[in-house]
Amino acid sequence: MSKLNLNKNIIQECRMDARVIATDIQSFIDLYTTVSVERSVLRLLGVDGVNDFNVPMVNVVVDHIQSKGNLAKGVSHYMSYAMYDLMKTPQEIAELVSKKKLDLSVYKDKERSPYLELLTPHFEKVLCRIEEMTKTRNDWLKKVEHKSTPSKYVIVATGNIYEDIKQAVSAAKKGADIIAVIRSTGQSLLDFVPFGATTEGFGGTFATQENFRLMRKALDEVSLEENRYIKLVNYASGLCMPEIVAMGAIERLDMMLNDSLYGIIFRDINMKRTLIDQYFSRVLSSYAEIIINTGEDNYLTTSDAFDHAHTVLASQFINEQFAKKALMDESLMGLGHAYEIDPNMENSFLYELAQAEMAREIFPNHPLKYMPPTKHMTGDIFKGTVQNALFNIAAVTSKQSIHLLGMMTEAIHTPFISDRALALDNAAYIEKAFKNFGDEISYKPDGIIMYRAHQVLTHAHALLSEIKQEGLFKTLEKGTFAGISRHENSGKGLSGVYLKDSSYQNPIMQHMIMRLKVKNHV
Amino acid sequence: MSKEIKMIRPYGDTLNDGKIQLSFTLPIPCNALGEEAAKKFASKMGIHDPAVVHSSSLSNDFSYYVVYGTSSQQIDINDVTVVEVESKAMHKEEVEAFIEENFKEPIVIIGASTGTDAHTVGIDAIMNMKGYAGHYGLERYKGIKAINLGGQIENEVLLEKALEYKADVILISQTVTQKDIHIQNLTSFIELLEAEHQRDKFIVIIGGARINHGLAKELGYDAGFGPKKYAFDVASFAVTLMKQKNIKTK
Repeated sequence: MSKLNLNKNIIQECRMDARVIATDIQSFIDLYTTVSVERSVLRLLGVDGVNDFNVPMVNVVVDHIQSKGNLAKGVSHYMSYAMYDLMKTPQEIAELVSKKKLDLSVYKDKERSPYLELLTPHFEKVLCRIEEMTKTRNDWLKKVEHKSTPSKYVIVATGNIYEDIKQAVSAAKKGADIIAVIRSTGQSLLDFVPFGATTEGFGGTFATQENFRLMRKALDEVSLEENRYIKLVNYASGLCMPEIVAMGAIERLDMMLNDSLYGIIFRDINMKRTLIDQYFSRVLSSYAEIIINTGEDNYLTTSDAFDHAHTVLASQFINEQFAKKALMDESLMGLGHAYEIDPNMENSFLYELAQAEMAREIFPNHPLKYMPPTKHMTGDIFKGTVQNALFNIAAVTSKQSIHLLGMMTEAIHTPFISDRALALDNAAYIEKAFKNFGDEISYKPDGIIMYRAHQVLTHAHALLSEIKQEGLFKTLEKGTFAGISRHENSGKGLSGVYLKDSSYQNPIMQHMIMRLKVKNHV
Repeated sequence: MSKEIKMIRPYGDTLNDGKIQLSFTLPIPCNALGEEAAKKFASKMGIHDPAVVHSSSLSNDFSYYVVYGTSSQQIDINDVTVVEVESKAMHKEEVEAFIEENFKEPIVIIGASTGTDAHTVGIDAIMNMKGYAGHYGLERYKGIKAINLGGQIENEVLLEKALEYKADVILISQTVTQKDIHIQNLTSFIELLEAEHQRDKFIVIIGGARINHGLAKELGYDAGFGPKKYAFDVASFAVTLMKQKNIKTK
């Protein structure tokens, strides 16, 4: 049932334009690999651990091939030859490389590897574990009650995984459905994933496989106590995007922040690197049934939320099509948007509601991720509580799926345990009070809300057809998103991008794609 | 000449009643013992007759309290001093006219949110075209070349860029902080400037929710701006000080 009476033809045209934009980029993506994609392949072959200098084994091997061999052939090439010659496992080979007892560059000039089947049992073992994790999650979700109101999502960010666990358990007990562990802020620019449990981070906690495991274990315990499945989220963004998805899939993370453009715009990561990495990440997320969260909300913390609302919608269309390229089911596409209009604006709530209802109507099967006010939050925590209440009303009324709760102390510090509890109480009250409100109301034809939704859609349509003409790279150069301009051949991580050699092979990627195609009946 | 002593206390509904409200978390379960502990804690803070008006459980190990009470403390308002930016704030147009009149070339202002802080709302509010709360940002000022480097900029990179762009003024924003990391970060930038013998080359200004002018001076900055300060406040201070120091003046 359409509440906003949006023009279906325009929506269809937006999707078609976005598909052209994504297809254009995909034909580029398919030609390349990156250091992080290759490190992910090693992780999926079971390579783990660090050397004496705390350098992850996967980095040791990829750096070795990069400096002495030719990474354009892919790690599978070198690994399969070495396994054939030495009859050893990928982990054992990595250790030999680390101890400088093996030089993989001897396979540099060999033809396309005929020994790929040697890799199969190793990645099947890891993929099997990922499938078990997916099954565990699905069993949980079948067992527990499914509610129709938005899932309450809160963040923990103490820097210390053990402290995070206390805060996460408290949040779960106060009704949180989803816990995100914010990463230490420098991590997106590290070209390796730190190892082990960590207790020091700023503005967040390092994403490591051990930290994932510790938090998942704690949340499983509280899930049992509460008889609700508490989902865990981390960040598959930055220079190690695909590796983090691999680790998350192994440790049963349920959601991952994974935007196709965020790293380019806000972290100045090279656009080629990001787009290639996001593709592998999303194929793996699709395989592991991990919900992705896209980051359109971020545009509005920089640009004005009223004037640039259409850039959010345009980006949602683009993110949707990139996800489709990765064979992702719509039920896993957590497209992002946010409640960021200046509270001093007259009728700001109406415009917010228009945007939220519009997103819901255009993306009916997608678990939309709705972000709270941040830009216009001040030290006035009491007013902030009211701002968050209005946001909560918009979230429940427009039936958002993933409801990231606003913190009254947003502008002051990373949340105290009590800030989070108050936010959960606020959201729970509104969830109850407004439960069926959205079903009861209809909007006035040609009223402010309908007009606004129509206008944003029209602007997004115009923007998408412009991007289609110019191509995505050029658009990013022009600074269309968030007013930030990026260039094709600048930004971090460019040196880790490789044009695939004619002998390049990636059997794990192929295996996942094949399985997904069967599953999706493509 | 001594001023008349003027003692004050918080005000609830009767002058000098000393009424205040507190909220905090204790690392113990929520029960009668917890409430008593909360009261005792408030008493130790100098609050008479503390009343725990609300308590709730945050988990098996943590509990939250809202407490009202009466403060026994009072202060003489004459003992309170404020370190404030002394320059008079001018409107955007006045700043532009001031630049036109006094300087021979455009003023270059470079800004960033530094260290681990990824939040750019503060620096964007001051620098970006759009500005904040109806006050245009520095990018829109005639006579000012504004360069916003964005978030998570390392101190070393900020200095490098400031030298590259021949900046006159450096703006540093610190928005969301944790365990006072912002103090450490701001201190290390001044140390860096001094170590590189560049401190005198720039006017350095900091801003953010927990920044004030007193703190800025204490850390060795020229000025600090907290909440409710806009681009025109920052611009007024910068151009006034540049004129005083005869930088780029006609």
